[in-house]
Amino acid sequence: MLKSPDSISSFFNVVSMRGITKAFPGVLANDQIDLDIYASEVHALLGENGAGKSTLMKILYGFYRLDSGQIFVNEQPVTIQSPHDARTIKIGMVFQDFSLIPALSVMENLALFLPQLPAVLDVKGINQRIHQVSERYGLEVNPDALVSQLSIGELQKVEILKLLLADARLLILDEPTRVLAPHEVQALFKVIDSLKKDGYAIVLITHKLKEVLECADRITVLRTGKVAGTLLRSEANEECLISLMFEKKLGSPIVTHKKVSPEKVSPLLELKDVSTHAEGLETSLKAIDLKVNPGEIVGVAGVSGNGQKELGDVAMGLIHCSHGKKFIFGDDFTNRSIQEVRMSGVAFIPENPLTMSIAPFLTVLQNMAITRTKKYARMGGLSMDWQAVRVDVDRSTQKLGFSFPLYILARSLSGGNLQRMVVARELIDEPRLIIASYLTRGLDVQSAIAARQALVQARDNGAGVLLISEDLEELIALSDWLIVLYTGKIVGNFRPEETNVYEIGHLMTGLEVEHVENQ
Amino acid sequence: MTLLALFGVISSAIFSGTSLLYTTLGEVIDERSGIVNLGLEGVLLVSASSGFAVTALSGSPYLGILVSVLAGGLMNIILGYLVITRKANQLASGLALMFFGFGLSALIGKSFVGTKINSLPRLLLPGLEGLPRIYTSLFKFDPLIYLVIPMAFLVWWLLFRTRWGLGLRAVGENADIAYASGRNPHLIRYQALFVGGMLAGLGAAQLAIAYAMNWTEYMTAGRGFIAVALVIFSKWHPLRAIVGALIFSAAVAFQLLLQSSGVQISPFLLDTIPYLLTLIVLIAWGGNRKHSAPASLGRVYQGSE
Amino acid sequence: MLKTSEVAPRFPMLQNKTIILVIRYLYMILLAFLLFGVILLISGKDPLQSYKDIFTYTLGSAYGFSEVLVAMIPMLLTALAVALPARVGLINVGGEGQLYIGAAFATFGALTFSSLPAWLLLPIMIILGMLGGALWAFLPGYLKSIGLVNETITTLLLNPVAPKIIGFLIFGFWHSPMDTIKTPNFVEAARLPTFFGTRIHLGLFIGLILLVLFWLFMKYTRWGLEIRAIGNNAQAARRNGVPLKKYLIIVMCVGGAIAGLAGMSQVSGFYGVLLLNFSMSLGYMGFMVSWLAGGEPLGIVLMSSVISVIITGGNLLQLTRGVPYSVINLLLAFTLFVVLARPNLIKGKK
Repeated sequence: MLKSPDSISSFFNVVSMRGITKAFPGVLANDQIDLDIYASEVHALLGENGAGKSTLMKILYGFYRLDSGQIFVNEQPVTIQSPHDARTIKIGMVFQDFSLIPALSVMENLALFLPQLPAVLDVKGINQRIHQVSERYGLEVNPDALVSQLSIGELQKVEILKLLLADARLLILDEPTRVLAPHEVQALFKVIDSLKKDGYAIVLITHKLKEVLECADRITVLRTGKVAGTLLRSEANEECLISLMFEKKLGSPIVTHKKVSPEKVSPLLELKDVSTHAEGLETSLKAIDLKVNPGEIVGVAGVSGNGQKELGDVAMGLIHCSHGKKFIFGDDFTNRSIQEVRMSGVAFIPENPLTMSIAPFLTVLQNMAITRTKKYARMGGLSMDWQAVRVDVDRSTQKLGFSFPLYILARSLSGGNLQRMVVARELIDEPRLIIASYLTRGLDVQSAIAARQALVQARDNGAGVLLISEDLEELIALSDWLIVLYTGKIVGNFRPEETNVYEIGHLMTGLEVEHVENQ
Repeated sequence: MTLLALFGVISSAIFSGTSLLYTTLGEVIDERSGIVNLGLEGVLLVSASSGFAVTALSGSPYLGILVSVLAGGLMNIILGYLVITRKANQLASGLALMFFGFGLSALIGKSFVGTKINSLPRLLLPGLEGLPRIYTSLFKFDPLIYLVIPMAFLVWWLLFRTRWGLGLRAVGENADIAYASGRNPHLIRYQALFVGGMLAGLGAAQLAIAYAMNWTEYMTAGRGFIAVALVIFSKWHPLRAIVGALIFSAAVAFQLLLQSSGVQISPFLLDTIPYLLTLIVLIAWGGNRKHSAPASLGRVYQGSE
Repeated sequence: MLKTSEVAPRFPMLQNKTIILVIRYLYMILLAFLLFGVILLISGKDPLQSYKDIFTYTLGSAYGFSEVLVAMIPMLLTALAVALPARVGLINVGGEGQLYIGAAFATFGALTFSSLPAWLLLPIMIILGMLGGALWAFLPGYLKSIGLVNETITTLLLNPVAPKIIGFLIFGFWHSPMDTIKTPNFVEAARLPTFFGTRIHLGLFIGLILLVLFWLFMKYTRWGLEIRAIGNNAQAARRNGVPLKKYLIIVMCVGGAIAGLAGMSQVSGFYGVLLLNFSMSLGYMGFMVSWLAGGEPLGIVLMSSVISVIITGGNLLQLTRGVPYSVINLLLAFTLFVVLARPNLIKGKK
């Protein structure tokens, strides 16, 4: 059955990773992981964000160095120090953000990585080779096109072609379907299938169950840096995979839900049929209808990259609506700037404090003032009343029970402190609407509870909250209303008590479920 | 206006456009590798003065051209040391190189002001043998002029049809990817600077040895900056650089024409044409990023840890 | 792993390790003089004697020192014109052009309102000069703010255009009856006052005061804080509600205005007349001063004084030792090279 043109399968049968451990500051990303990857097989690495899938594969590709553990090819130990090492033993990887040069043509991008490229480019010959390989595996793409003109699906084809032309035998695809349209996903699976038949080994990093069940032969589920289980396709089904992925944590809900009567009040934030245009690798939002009422926390669930960041940005006015209308506090804010949104009393806790919220070379106290410089300005702006800032900050931090130094550069704060700083800052003026992404990311348990309590308190005082999170427990515990985003669309919309982690997990991973209406 | 005057204008435009095209081609190579050389003016001056000096001393214009070319390459290597090895700011380093060029060329050229040299032979443009003598003298060009268009094609071929050129452009677009493909971005940038400097040196040689046939301080008169503008105008493409140089030459010619026909348009305003045209073209491309600058132009490549 | 970092200048801090820095800079400058000494030796001059001349003249005599200060004036301003936009991440290489246009505007004032008294005429000229510079910087700032064209390219392209416009104006309209490359001499009321019987003019104090104001502004005001936030992390500043686009345009224009003021002070304070090509790279010089000084006001004063000593000393060598003036560019270039290359004197320091 195996049509192997140049004895692919003879090169290796199995790549084994044994006891792989890798720690990053504050996180044990991989903890004693064992993994076997066989030729002629699609091996799916399944897990939530942060489960350690990408780290593990980047170690195999030489992008990260492992702390301990050993990698074997056909039972022979190998050391992989760099991507170059990985490529010489025929391991190739396609990253989520593609590593192609937009200004060069497809052919040039591929030629760059061809082994034994002659000094004078034989354009015809290279195109012929591209054609041969691309035809065999259904990866047709115009070699003369500039990469900048390609669609995301075509970019991916080029990345895979690049690995094939450079003689890779083990292909690692990092969330390849994240940015693909459904028909492109089907095409990709066909490609993967034909590669498998030719003896290639394919590792598919993903969190989408449907895809795993559709094309994988072997499935390894990772959870918080450990192997939660390895199954053959024949042994796997949705339920067992979900229970492996989302460990059911026991814990009493921190807060009780508050009854609201949404009919009476006018919403603080309302999106009516909002769509956006995506740039680059962003996700475009499609026909989003959303209301955040006073005294209500609206939770947004979804695997990252499905439009949560864009939802927050649209609400703040960083991204413009290409279609639809946006109302804040009842006023039409569709085309208003972020300054106006903030001035009207909206707080914003973005997903990554370091890149989206902090001026690293200003002190913490200065960073605390930066969102409302006008409030603290004295003499028309000629000086700043740092005492007033201090008073506000102290009040906010006391309320939250946070403490962090104020007179050092923001960049010397730890990740958790940075997040505390942002939370404390954003809650200073008792905002009426809070948009919070990944509120508790990087926080220790106590601070996380404090931050959550702060949100709940704000909610109880009549503020509205749009809470974007990947922590399903948190969402279910805090939200009064819950929506699920998948590929930029709202695929679930319910009260949290009407649902459970499994159902949300289904929706987040693109499985269609029949929502059981609670009476 | 007489036909003679018209031909005279065209002829001088070709002479002045040639050195500019060589220089622009050199800068295209520099910038394609990701390095902007603002010190081109200085490179040209040092090349011109040293080439002229050697020609005057040895009596051989060919030796002079060779020295010009090498001087250009070496000047660019100085820039390379600062911006590649020492990772200094490209703009500031380029400007420092410019001042260096002002100084060094004045020092080299000091004792050659007013010296006469043996220049290159001038050959009549083929096909014009039938013209009256008074015209043919205007269409006798030195070999460097005849070589400049083929040179543009050669540069194109080097950049777009060789492994070296592919690697060079990759470094200029994304040094990390180029490194990942097994190339050494530092080495490639040094090579690009050396080759680019040699081309600028050729332009300087054409100007000082073949065309002006004398040395005066600051004789390049802003050609370096025009070349930088023309590189942008030609979208970093060697063949479009021909068009850019032609437009510049046409502006020069136009200006001379107007003067000779007595029309009152300030030559100063005509001088601004290449820059304003480039600016307009830049604005017209606008958001269209497809053909814009090499993506890592001006960035320091930090290399692996 | 690999990193490709932005060109945005990594400024050496001029705060804590001041002493180490001073030692390093002195060492570098020594290195530059050593290199230049070799050049002097080759061209048959006695380097020691030359250096002695330079220093006794520029630092040892009152008049020589006053000349150093005079040479510093335009550099203080053109450097500030680079340092301020750099704080929001803008690279203004257009000081040269902005300076010319500022000078042209100021000259227009001087020629048109020549009958006004000095207390009225000079402020008019200052405002006009700043307006001119700001106008010349507006287009680059605007194009950058809408994400269309990089300000480095536009400011650079506009540089050679400005002196041509000056040429056009002088040649076509303003030239003096005797001479086509300059305007008539300004009336006395259009001249910035000079002091101590030297050529030091009001521009020096304007420059120093502006540098102090710049420092105060950045340190204490609301806008300084916002500017620093943008320079730190423009995307975060935007998310925090700082009006990024507005700042990009305004700060660029203010930078241009300061360069325009440099032009005004040169024509009004130094020359007293608008000359063709009078700047001779003062704008570019300012770029380098600012860059080498890390955009810090004190550093700008220090760097521009070093460069002024070299330039003034060079003028002297030209007179007394027959060294061509442009050779002084070599000393300047060596100084710049060694500072740019940042040789490590003290181990572990970078």
